[in-house]
Amino acid sequence: MIQDAQDIVVFDRVQKSYDGETLVVKDLNLGIKTGEFLTMLGPSGSGKTTCLMMLAGFEPATHGEIYLNDKPINKVAPHRRNIGMVFQDYALFPHMTVTENLGFPLKVRKFRKSEIEAKVKRALDMVRLPEFGGRRPGQLSGGQQQRVAVARALVFEPDIVLMDEPLGALDKNLREEMQYEIKHLHEELGVTIVYVTHDQSEALTMSNRIAVFNDGVIQQLASPSVLYEQPENRFVAQFIGENNRLHGRVKSVEGQHCHVDLDGGGTIRALNVRVEGAGVRTTLSLRPERVIVACQEGEVDNRIVGRVEELIYLGDHIRARLSVSGTEEFVVKIPNTDRHSALREGTDVNLGWAAEDCRALDAPAEVAEPA
Amino acid sequence: MSTAADDTLRTADGVPLKTSLRRATARRRVRTFLLVVPILAFLMVTFVFPVVDMMFRSVDNQIVSSVLPRTTLAIQSWDPGSEELPPEFVYEALVLDIQESFKDKTLGRAGRRLNYEKSGVMSLFRKSGRRAKRITEAPFKDQVLAIDERWADLETWQLIHQESSALTESYFLSAADLRVDYKGEISWKAEERRIYLFLFYRTLWMSGLITVFCLLLGYPIAFLLATLPPRHSNLLLILVLLPFWTSLLVRTTAWIALLQSEGVLNDLMVFLGFISDDGRLQMIHNKIGTFVAMTHILLPFMILPLYSVMKTIPSSYMRAARSLGASPFTSFVRVYMPNTVPGIGAGCILVFILSIGYYITPALVGGRTGTFISNIIALHISETLNWGLAAALGVILLALVLLLYFLYDRIVGVANMKLG
Ligand SMILES: Nc1ncnc2c1ncn2[C@@H]1O[C@H](COP(=O)(O)OP(=O)(O)OP(=O)(O)O)[C@@H](O)[C@H]1O
Ligand SMILES: [Mg+2]
Repeated sequence: MIQDAQDIVVFDRVQKSYDGETLVVKDLNLGIKTGEFLTMLGPSGSGKTTCLMMLAGFEPATHGEIYLNDKPINKVAPHRRNIGMVFQDYALFPHMTVTENLGFPLKVRKFRKSEIEAKVKRALDMVRLPEFGGRRPGQLSGGQQQRVAVARALVFEPDIVLMDEPLGALDKNLREEMQYEIKHLHEELGVTIVYVTHDQSEALTMSNRIAVFNDGVIQQLASPSVLYEQPENRFVAQFIGENNRLHGRVKSVEGQHCHVDLDGGGTIRALNVRVEGAGVRTTLSLRPERVIVACQEGEVDNRIVGRVEELIYLGDHIRARLSVSGTEEFVVKIPNTDRHSALREGTDVNLGWAAEDCRALDAPAEVAEPA
Repeated sequence: MSTAADDTLRTADGVPLKTSLRRATARRRVRTFLLVVPILAFLMVTFVFPVVDMMFRSVDNQIVSSVLPRTTLAIQSWDPGSEELPPEFVYEALVLDIQESFKDKTLGRAGRRLNYEKSGVMSLFRKSGRRAKRITEAPFKDQVLAIDERWADLETWQLIHQESSALTESYFLSAADLRVDYKGEISWKAEERRIYLFLFYRTLWMSGLITVFCLLLGYPIAFLLATLPPRHSNLLLILVLLPFWTSLLVRTTAWIALLQSEGVLNDLMVFLGFISDDGRLQMIHNKIGTFVAMTHILLPFMILPLYSVMKTIPSSYMRAARSLGASPFTSFVRVYMPNTVPGIGAGCILVFILSIGYYITPALVGGRTGTFISNIIALHISETLNWGLAAALGVILLALVLLLYFLYDRIVGVANMKLG
């Protein structure tokens, strides 16, 4: 068991199948640290909700064991796990007032009346809704309902709070506001939060660590900056932020670096992340903002010519789409300074980037073994 | 006045906003109306007019005054409280009326009407009709008294006096087991003739119990329907709806075959030795029969509203309750059930209202002890031909239903009711 002393939750080789034919979660090993904000990020159907439901106890794990505070909980009923949960539709009880909703977990725990009142009041203050105790959920706006749902999941002081796309139903502005609010609550209370979303910017904003899910497997588990700066495979690079891909074959490997012959011509020096040796195919991943436009000879490791296909003016920066080495989808972000004036649609321009910014990752399966 | 006018919103050219809106939507409203005209006309002709006509019959009392016009007019000058028989000219009017209506063959109708209030009047009228032909001159009173001594009975005349008005409350009183005498005093009918209140009471409590049975049986099924995966729940829903595809009569008679003393269930129990052959249970043509068959027949009307409400309850409610620390039972009782109240209300009121007006099933399986008020209404319509009383009973039943609906609206709110 790969368990850290301070892990509050450990998934130990957990597998899950609903129909006995396909594995929705494949061999999940994950330790969640006490007090951290961990986000499960991934495309739709990648098994995020399933993981959350297994942790909450609403779905049994098909194989493996989940530990909460070092105790296996596979056989513990959901209501005995002391895990708070915020649902995507909030699941506030419509027949109860806000106060009754918040009092519910305390009431079933047989708290004294005065104590319930005090805790509910504190929780309402915490989410800045002190005036709304007497209302029904139906009389609240989406954002207010959301806050009540968060307050309800926190009011009984659970060890850990699960949130399954809690902001999915809110509009963009409110979403961002709530992101900060939840983040601040987390910092204030020090509670462990496991958060599910398929919105990468939400994940980057809020989390201590992000687990990127795809196809029932964690692709990478790392802090937001590491995830963005150092994606470990093609999926993560593609899923987090914008990303240029260049396909090619490894010519030589030199320690940390490697040289890659691009399919469309040219050789690139790149950081070796996932390359086994010379001769294998690889995908190079490069962030648009790391590309230097109109770069001079010798300025950086790599220099290649691209033709400008399209320029989009976005105020603070210019987005340029270029054809580079056979791909027409090469995107560059140029800060709105003098340098962009060199660009005209249809003209050629010198592009350059450092070897450290260009990561040689795994190649897509279908072209990995060309005939 | 003027401030109120100033407050109204106006469009740019000064027309009040409401007027403008009304004009704008007038076309649409006319079209909506035209669309419903056919069904409206159909309902007016086949439903509203007959119902209103029937309701009018419960107070209509023109028979006596139209068959015996002279008598009913003449008798107004007589005081029914006096201990004397009416004067000579009333008898004269009576003879003329009887002679005329006997010829028109309308006399029997008046006789039947009065017979509802006092048995024997019918035969008195028939006898008098035949004999009155011979009376042509005074003294009328003596000759009439000679026909039958009941004409010397004060009660006969008090009755004619009482029933000579065009409207009467006597049907309603009768439907409530009351009677009114010539002085206008209301009193209970004789003990052995009080049947309607008892029948109303029986209809209500048995319907209430049937509603409870339906709820107890229907709630779990509806819950299952709402929570099973669609593949299974669709099959189950078809099973629930299956009874609608067979005739009501078939279903009811099937219960007769099952429950009668030589029926399947009794045979089975005798075969298995639970009961002896001469100890066969009487399960049909009594209350048990009505309970069983009615519960079976009305069950879908409970399940469907419940199901439609339960289907809208997100599964996350129960999960939320569990995650907040409530046991499955507590979650169900405290969170799920309160959310099904509109369905419970709709199902119960539907079943109860259908039940108190049900006719066929109690008639077939209810025997003497398990019949409802509607069965006695049918009896008065088709056998005793006392339509006035039938109408009065029907109006009371209708009022009862409306009252229940009103109470329900006050307590639960009709807007909360989900019928599917
Ligand atoms: N109750 C269920 N029965 C059968 N299959 C299910 C069930 N719930 C989920 N699945 C399947 O499991 C897979 C993972 O589902 P899951 O809900 O965990 O995805 P997710 O990552 O939460 O996606 P989303 O972002 O859309 O919420 C999907 O292919 C889904 O079809
Ligand atoms: Mg999900």
